[in-house]
Amino acid sequence: MNTEILGIAIQIILLVVLSYPLGKYIAKVYKGEKCWSDFMTPIENFIYKVCGIDPKEEMGWKKFLKTLLILNAFWFLWGMVLLVIQHLLPLNPDGNGPQTPDQAFNTCISFMVNCNLQHYSGESGLTYFTQLFVIMLFQFITAATGMAAMAGIMKSISLKTTRTIGNFWYFLVRSCTRILLPLSLIVGFILIVQGTPMGFDGKMTIPTLEGGEQTVSQGPTAAIVPIKQLGTNGGGYFGVNSSHPLENPTYLTNMVECWSILIIPMAMVLAFGFYLKRKKLAYSIYGVMLFAFLVGVGINTYQEMNGNPRIDDMGIAQENGAMEGKEIRIGSGDTALWSIVTTVTSNGSVNGMHDSTMPLSGMMEMLNMQINTWFGGVGVGWMNYYTFIIIAVFISGLMVGRTPEFLGKKVEAREMKIATIVALLHPFVILVGTALSSYLYAHNPEFVESEGGWLNNPGFHGLSEMLYEYTSCAANNGSGFEGLGDNTWFWNYTCGLVLILSRFIPIVGQVAIAGLLAEKKFIPESAGTLKTDTVTFGVMTFAVIFIIAALSFFPVHALSTIAEHFSL
Amino acid sequence: MRTLLKSLKITIAFCLFFSVCYILILWVFALVAGPNKGNAELVTLNGKVVGAANVGQQFTKDIYFWGRPSAVDYTADGSGGSNKGPTNEEYLAEVEARIDSFLIHHPYLNRKEIPAEMVTASGSGLDPNITRQCAYVQIKRIAKARGMNESDIQEIVNKHIEKPFLGLFGTEKINVLKLNVALDEANKSIIAEK
Repeated sequence: MNTEILGIAIQIILLVVLSYPLGKYIAKVYKGEKCWSDFMTPIENFIYKVCGIDPKEEMGWKKFLKTLLILNAFWFLWGMVLLVIQHLLPLNPDGNGPQTPDQAFNTCISFMVNCNLQHYSGESGLTYFTQLFVIMLFQFITAATGMAAMAGIMKSISLKTTRTIGNFWYFLVRSCTRILLPLSLIVGFILIVQGTPMGFDGKMTIPTLEGGEQTVSQGPTAAIVPIKQLGTNGGGYFGVNSSHPLENPTYLTNMVECWSILIIPMAMVLAFGFYLKRKKLAYSIYGVMLFAFLVGVGINTYQEMNGNPRIDDMGIAQENGAMEGKEIRIGSGDTALWSIVTTVTSNGSVNGMHDSTMPLSGMMEMLNMQINTWFGGVGVGWMNYYTFIIIAVFISGLMVGRTPEFLGKKVEAREMKIATIVALLHPFVILVGTALSSYLYAHNPEFVESEGGWLNNPGFHGLSEMLYEYTSCAANNGSGFEGLGDNTWFWNYTCGLVLILSRFIPIVGQVAIAGLLAEKKFIPESAGTLKTDTVTFGVMTFAVIFIIAALSFFPVHALSTIAEHFSL
Repeated sequence: MRTLLKSLKITIAFCLFFSVCYILILWVFALVAGPNKGNAELVTLNGKVVGAANVGQQFTKDIYFWGRPSAVDYTADGSGGSNKGPTNEEYLAEVEARIDSFLIHHPYLNRKEIPAEMVTASGSGLDPNITRQCAYVQIKRIAKARGMNESDIQEIVNKHIEKPFLGLFGTEKINVLKLNVALDEANKSIIAEK
């Protein structure tokens, strides 16, 4: 049996098996039940005390959201200031300069919204100080923000009729101390033993065997990589992310890193079932997501391991698949797996260059982000699915003539309007952005030239590069077809805008829906209730997602990825 | 305003918690358990450092095994792939040119024996590994340049093949730098000539 395929299989099995106990644990953490991590309580109490926070205060959904947004706005300022003055701060052994304002704007927003799109390269665009006090800090706390939002929604659904949805600070702190931190430490230990650097000595200049010299960038890499993966952040320490041999030195680290991307999003879906004691509903959601995920893995693994037909035409031995932009220790199969794992979640780290993957692999990578709900980012992925459930409940309610209800709450016009806006915003910003940039590219070549020409590949693939960039921003993913010359005024600002819109409008909308539903009267289930935990409803939700999210993008794929596939 | 103040305080608290405590734990762990006290692992030849084990370096001499093409010429304080799309004509012409040059240096090879890895650029531009086939096709050239037996070199290559993880998962690979160091150790006279 092919060891590459075996490697992929074992990773998927480990994910599914371990997501169950982790989901159970996460539910306990948010419910505040007794568990092994209670030794953290004094630290948490200390944090509450110095910050003047009352963790028992119950917040209404509006206050919950206000707190979340103010905190995020503060983080934006924090990051912006530190990045622009990073050359004046300590821990800069490589002597790197400050970021320009447009670059810092993009970096800050992108890390604040948990996207981690990078228009700079970590080796030269950041110092050790900003790596730790902006980048890594944001990777922890913004992931925790998404998780806290989901915890609030879970709490509001679990209560029959309520005006409050829990305490934002409480969920935020517990996500950090009890979920993200312990997992990050374990992953960090494994990486260090396997050879990922973790030090502050700065670049090392070493002689090479042929008598030359090589300067090797290093630093506190092993601290940043775990949370980059676990928090579905994805912003690499090095420019090429986890394809860098120091960021991801062995096949074992590759397995661990890949596992870390998907484990919390998977566990979150199950946590929802445990929290609400509605395991069957959670399993049906999990099933739909897992199915979509496996389809993607199948397609990409086949495409990549099969190799590039154009290279085959040259008559050389392409036995290990399409290896352009891939690493030997990882292999084409695992790069394909990772490309799906990183795009179904909002992670966006890569272990090979997506720009060089086969056209249909590129299509699957983009489709995952365009749908943006198969597992998704920590917390927020499940919330996107929740939006589609609301729409599916409404549509199927109309189809079979039953009152649209979800978990004992009537879904009415107001919730539907919010859900529709959230669902349509995503294709809207992606397609408008791509249309705008394509228009400029075709009709204002002087402007594009003044920005360095943008595209690295001509023709269909060039359109894919622009489409991928906005897709990645809107999905808060952060991976890229990195051939795109995107560290320019145009891309920094337009992407920054897309990032903000598509992080906060959905979160506000989803928490609002949950809050509005929570205030409604609880209607006990009866024979007339539409059952939402059945296979039929799972298929229905899948269909709604496919029609709304995937088909909106069919025309643009026909012009980019599909067209390129047929030109192979 | 009160929330803003809380935001400031909690951000500082998180800084202490993560950017300081978490970092210190990992740093101390690396000093104790890391392969090179938290720095990149090094490879030595006769007591002299000749490179980082996990970072690929450029080999162009005939006496050494070559690594894969790199879009950044193995500069290890930057990194990068070519990011060329699979149907980009310019890119395909580049690959074609690499095949031609590989054939010139290895005239004994058939076109269909050239492994694609040797003519396609890696993702990081720093790939430290090659496959078994990539090494085999170079043996004849190296044997000639060093005046060694092909079978001796073959043996060294076979010794350096790293099996998939646990023998079951992932790919097989050879570390080019370690392989070349082993060659130099087996064939000391070459070093004297250098």
